[in-house]
Amino acid sequence: MAETGTRPKLAVWKFASCDGCQLSLLDCEDELLAVAGAVEIAYFLEATRAEVAGPYDLSLVEGSITTAHDAARIKAIRQASKRLITIGACATAGGIQALRNFADVRDFISIVYARPDYIETLATSTAIAEHVKVDFELRGCPVNKHQLLEVLAAFLRGRQPATPGHSVCVECKQRGNVCVMVAHGTPCLGPVTHAGCGAICPAYDRGCYGCFGPMESPNMAALNHWLARLGVDQPTIARLYGTFNVNAEPFRAESQRHGG
Amino acid sequence: MVTSGDAYVILPAALDGLIQALRADYRVLGPTVQASAIVYDELTGLADLPRGWTDEQAGGHYRLRRRDDGALFGYVVGPQSWKQFLHQPVQPLWRARQSEDGVTFEPPPTPARPLAFIGVRACERRAIAIQDRVLLEGSFADAHYAARRAEAFIVAVNCGQAGGTCFCVSMGTGPKVEDGFDLALTELDPAGEHRLLVEVGSERGGRLMAGLPQRPATAADRDAAEAAVARAASQMGRAMPAVDVPAVLARNLEHPRWAEVAERCLTCGNCTMVCPTCFCTTVEEDLDLAPDQAGRTRKWASCFTLDFSYIHGGSVRQSGRSRYRQWLTHKLATWHDQFGSSGCVGCGRCIAWCPVGIDLTEEVQAIAASEQG
Repeated sequence: MAETGTRPKLAVWKFASCDGCQLSLLDCEDELLAVAGAVEIAYFLEATRAEVAGPYDLSLVEGSITTAHDAARIKAIRQASKRLITIGACATAGGIQALRNFADVRDFISIVYARPDYIETLATSTAIAEHVKVDFELRGCPVNKHQLLEVLAAFLRGRQPATPGHSVCVECKQRGNVCVMVAHGTPCLGPVTHAGCGAICPAYDRGCYGCFGPMESPNMAALNHWLARLGVDQPTIARLYGTFNVNAEPFRAESQRHGG
Repeated sequence: MVTSGDAYVILPAALDGLIQALRADYRVLGPTVQASAIVYDELTGLADLPRGWTDEQAGGHYRLRRRDDGALFGYVVGPQSWKQFLHQPVQPLWRARQSEDGVTFEPPPTPARPLAFIGVRACERRAIAIQDRVLLEGSFADAHYAARRAEAFIVAVNCGQAGGTCFCVSMGTGPKVEDGFDLALTELDPAGEHRLLVEVGSERGGRLMAGLPQRPATAADRDAAEAAVARAASQMGRAMPAVDVPAVLARNLEHPRWAEVAERCLTCGNCTMVCPTCFCTTVEEDLDLAPDQAGRTRKWASCFTLDFSYIHGGSVRQSGRSRYRQWLTHKLATWHDQFGSSGCVGCGRCIAWCPVGIDLTEEVQAIAASEQG
């Protein structure tokens, strides 16, 4: 094992998010010691108050950009990072909070906060890659912890991470699930959704919610046509796409087109 | 003395004896109801079989339905095939560990017990034969498949009914299992004098049969079995067009139909996953945080993914059109050149389990019909 100081320095940063993706790293109970042995955890406030100054060999970034302050902060982090990897739907697509992009954010502020005048925010929630160069994007809401470890391992070995961009269906069938859409008539976004979760929801007889965003070659029109045949109405189709990846094309376009 | 080629009649209850006898030496897998479908899983006894259930199938549609009798094999084929067990979706290949003494490799664990399959349909038996051809013959025999296939005990079941997506008759692959079984069952008269005709196909099948309560089959039993299979043959929901399919497809690689089907195709890969003959795999690096360990795992792959045709500079088959064409022309045409037969057995899974119900027989028909002007 490498001596302290020679291991790559890892930083974990938070922007507008729920912390769930960072927690996925702490949730790697069995592998956490191996991670701590392989990298020097230099900045990870969710795990420790201790901070080691940059530059950092690898920054993991969670969350989206929703304030002018954060827009400036991500630029500083990018400058202090040799490699920058975004983790989770907020960082890769703007997250659920990107629903503000399709409404007037001031309306939300007036409803949510007792003193709206205290709130300084941007009109939009956007992905990190819209602000700085990103070396790799790891999808998911939240990210899959095995994939997160895969990304770290690939970084350490200097290889490409194996995070296939095909549909959830491939994982679903590998797992031996019965297709919920074909066998039960349950609407499912699996055919247009990026793999990575291991097809959790269909394993429990639920349709895929699209947490990992669009797959590599999504045929939205074909799926929507079939969803309509299953009796799913237009507003429901808009809501199906209008969740954690609402700002990721073509989920954004479909959500808007169906009245989201 | 029970010998190969003989036929006997057993009562449904005797199947429990068959399952128990097999369980002494095998991991017994067969049809059972799970998640509103008939799937293949471990059987512990007669009660696990889908008694009184059937399936309704169409393009993108599968529903479990109650029968009005107590048939044990009164369904067609479900979402999985025996590929699930012989050519596993996720197959560990090896682990390696580095120490001061060098690098040591560990092979994956081998199955503790051989497999016994109960309920192998004619199309499925043919599919196993095709995967045998692909994975066992030729220069690169697959050791993992071979280890699971070698001792596999096959209890075939002749179909007494066909489903809406079946087309084995037009592929010449069913509905009767002709060979390659240890025992072959034909279920007779489930609403009346419920019994099963058992044909013995191997010595070990005969030994097993000798231990069950049985009587020799009469001419009437044999006639009833033939009638059951004839009924299934007459019920095919689909047919592959009676044309020279490889030639038709080879002449029509730029046919506009490929673009039309691509408008509907999700490129999700479901058809390849459920196909009992599709065999493609990819190899992934195991998680390797520890610097002194490595490993590889093989997983089912699909020609519908971009990774599948990724070479230096990008993926060769970018469009859904080129990916669907690749799959269909390999399955129905170039498979002949490569392996000496069609890659399709007419089970209809790719039709039923396509989330949007794309039907390969319909696609071939459209292309073939356009040639006739």
